[in-house]
Amino acid sequence: MFKILQKTMSTGVVTTAYPSKPAQISEHFRGRPSFDFEKWQDARPAAELCPTGAISCRDDGDSRRVTVDYGLCVFCGLCAEASSDQAVRMTQEFELATPDRRNLVLTVEYSLNADGTHRQLGAVHRGSSNVEVDVESVGQKAREKIQKLLGRSLCIREVDAGSCNGCELEIVALNNPIYDIERFGIHFVASPRHADMLLVTGPVTRNMELALLKTYRATPEPKLVVAVGACGISGGIFGENYASLGGVDKVIPVDVYIPGCPPRPQALLHGILLAVGRLRQKLYDDRTG
Amino acid sequence: MTQAMFPSFETFQQKFGTQVQSLRAEREDEIYLIVRNADIRAITTYLRGEFGARLATVFAEDRCSAEGVFFNYYVFEQKGDTRYLIVRAPVPANDPQFPSLAAELPAVNWQEREIQDWFGLKPVGHPNPRRVALHDNWPDVHPLRKDFPINEVLPPFEGERHIYRPALGEGVFQVPVGPVHAGTIEPGHFSFAVAGEPILYLQLRMFYTHKGTEKLFERLPIHKAVFLAESVSGDSSFSHGTAFCQAIERAAQIEVPLRALIMRTILLELERICNHVADIGAIAADVGFVVANAHASRLKEMLFTLNEHLAGNRLLRGMVCIGGLRRAWGSWQVDTLCDTIKAFEREFQDLVALVNSSESTRDRLEHTGILKPAIAKDLGTVGVAGRASGIDLDVRRDHPYAAYRRFSFRVPVYQVGDVWHRVRVRIDEVKESLGIIRSAADHNLAGEFRAPVPPIPPNRCALSAVEGWRGEIMHWIRTGADNHLERCKIKDPSLNNWPALVEAVHGNIIADFPVINKSFNLSYSGTDR
Repeated sequence: MFKILQKTMSTGVVTTAYPSKPAQISEHFRGRPSFDFEKWQDARPAAELCPTGAISCRDDGDSRRVTVDYGLCVFCGLCAEASSDQAVRMTQEFELATPDRRNLVLTVEYSLNADGTHRQLGAVHRGSSNVEVDVESVGQKAREKIQKLLGRSLCIREVDAGSCNGCELEIVALNNPIYDIERFGIHFVASPRHADMLLVTGPVTRNMELALLKTYRATPEPKLVVAVGACGISGGIFGENYASLGGVDKVIPVDVYIPGCPPRPQALLHGILLAVGRLRQKLYDDRTG
Repeated sequence: MTQAMFPSFETFQQKFGTQVQSLRAEREDEIYLIVRNADIRAITTYLRGEFGARLATVFAEDRCSAEGVFFNYYVFEQKGDTRYLIVRAPVPANDPQFPSLAAELPAVNWQEREIQDWFGLKPVGHPNPRRVALHDNWPDVHPLRKDFPINEVLPPFEGERHIYRPALGEGVFQVPVGPVHAGTIEPGHFSFAVAGEPILYLQLRMFYTHKGTEKLFERLPIHKAVFLAESVSGDSSFSHGTAFCQAIERAAQIEVPLRALIMRTILLELERICNHVADIGAIAADVGFVVANAHASRLKEMLFTLNEHLAGNRLLRGMVCIGGLRRAWGSWQVDTLCDTIKAFEREFQDLVALVNSSESTRDRLEHTGILKPAIAKDLGTVGVAGRASGIDLDVRRDHPYAAYRRFSFRVPVYQVGDVWHRVRVRIDEVKESLGIIRSAADHNLAGEFRAPVPPIPPNRCALSAVEGWRGEIMHWIRTGADNHLERCKIKDPSLNNWPALVEAVHGNIIADFPVINKSFNLSYSGTDR
């Protein structure tokens, strides 16, 4: 017992200050690839290498439409390596969670040159209007908010609907002393009947479809569904096939999408806190609607 | 009397006649032998009996359109011989059956049934030929046949998903668990038959996370398939990625530069340490010692942070590539590696002392979930679980790859086979791995780190093995035209070890199942693919 206490005392507090302070992450970390669409002269090498088809080109006559889908991205960095014009670079941004799947998709129109390269024509088109992602305040006020809304806490039931277990590793890390999600009053629970939120990893397999549906039905209203990782959002590298149905929203409605392969614990935390804001909206709608 | 080397080709011909043929391999440490389907039983008996050889894996390939037959492959290994002997037997398309070995060799029980499910080839004489990979409500399809399209839309499932053997008797209860479990773990369905507290019989139904991975390998260009390999089992991303790249490198005769081999060795060992330390903590937590788990998960986080410095990803993804590695390390990164390893080692000693000092923890782990060596051998148990039960196997030592030839390390083997000894194996292995990383980091990490990759020639076969943290990982490939694969067989160590878990829980109380399960910590995704 003395040894345990001694070790605890000498270790001290190790919990991260995120989200009230920026996350301490390695400069080598590969977060969101950023695109300088105007400078980008040829998207084809990146589209050719992209393992999940997150970057795609479609030529129509003398114009080209380039689509970038962060919901498919596995953050491998091949697009940055392939683009010799430095128009694509990897950033350290990881707070990519959004309530609208369309927010993760960018499209740009180019006019084609004779040699197959292109010039930008129109503005970058986002799938929908920019939703303000107010992380800072969400993070700081999360505890009060949860207490106010849910009495004491937010309860999460994790569902692996077919993942490779990479996302599970990072979700488990949320409970370690570093990320310590319980400091926000957020708990992982053993049954969907005790849950306010389902945190679902994918791709949803044919064999997990029914189990996921049953778990969703067993969760009391109002409830939130958060789709985790490239596979949970879109099927990722597995996509859709005889055994995989693709993203979680193919089976149940999703409130927040968290990109990543897997999303780092801070990204998960960001997405979960974002969803808490959505829950407030839902409760408000229920009362007024 | 067992012998150290596989018999020569001439010996095989003398013994089994001239029907036995040899096949040229790209690398001399893979020997291919072609035999008749009908001889496979006699050859297996001969190799196991006279040479003490071990049948590592069995798998099939659909070559109907190219050669008019299916092939079954039997991969043997032999103590003291770094080569693999791969016996290939054709199975005619118009008579799709092969002699089952499962009655004498329970290790291939699931694997033969996989062949039955994926390819529609019948293992004749199999003691339990029910489905294993396809659930009972699936239609009659064989997804790895070439004429099965990957995007086939299957009709809605009907009927019972699982047909269990009944467990009857006074006071016998069935306790169904899953597929959605109480913890943050992967899905599978377990049916416990219990009489009071003790478990009489556990039946497993896996393959809930089956996502068509092996079929998908035949669709993706090879450079993209590297990322699929990293997603076979997330906790073994680097091991599976390396196993896949090695297979391609072997098939295309690509020589990986020494610097990359040493860096791969370091990263493979880092992956092992990350998972072992997390398991030690999780096992302690499962018997109530949560403080140890808090420290262990803190140590794991320390390594995940290091992973990110070294590979840009906490799971070491996006680092390995065909021909070597995608990035080299600067001196700052090597220094960070050395500093972190030093700090980790100190902390790890404290963690081990903490676990050792807790009598109540030891008390719960000792004599719990015993897997007897004889059973482990029959079931072909590999990796940590195998070594805790007397199975002295380690691909790093037996079939060296990456830069393992250059480093000396001990392979811990115990005979007791309880949860505590699966913890002991992990503790010993972490210490050995730290030693390997230290010596590897001392090497002058300079020079090329990525060999140029020529166009991959079609129709070449190669086997690659890696000792993942969980055990023996194998990838076997046949290359195809246009930078694609004809076949990629993935064998995750979990596949062999699930039946061993069933034996280990037998007679234990149901409340100890979580800790026994955790001490194996098998990958559902790696099993189900």
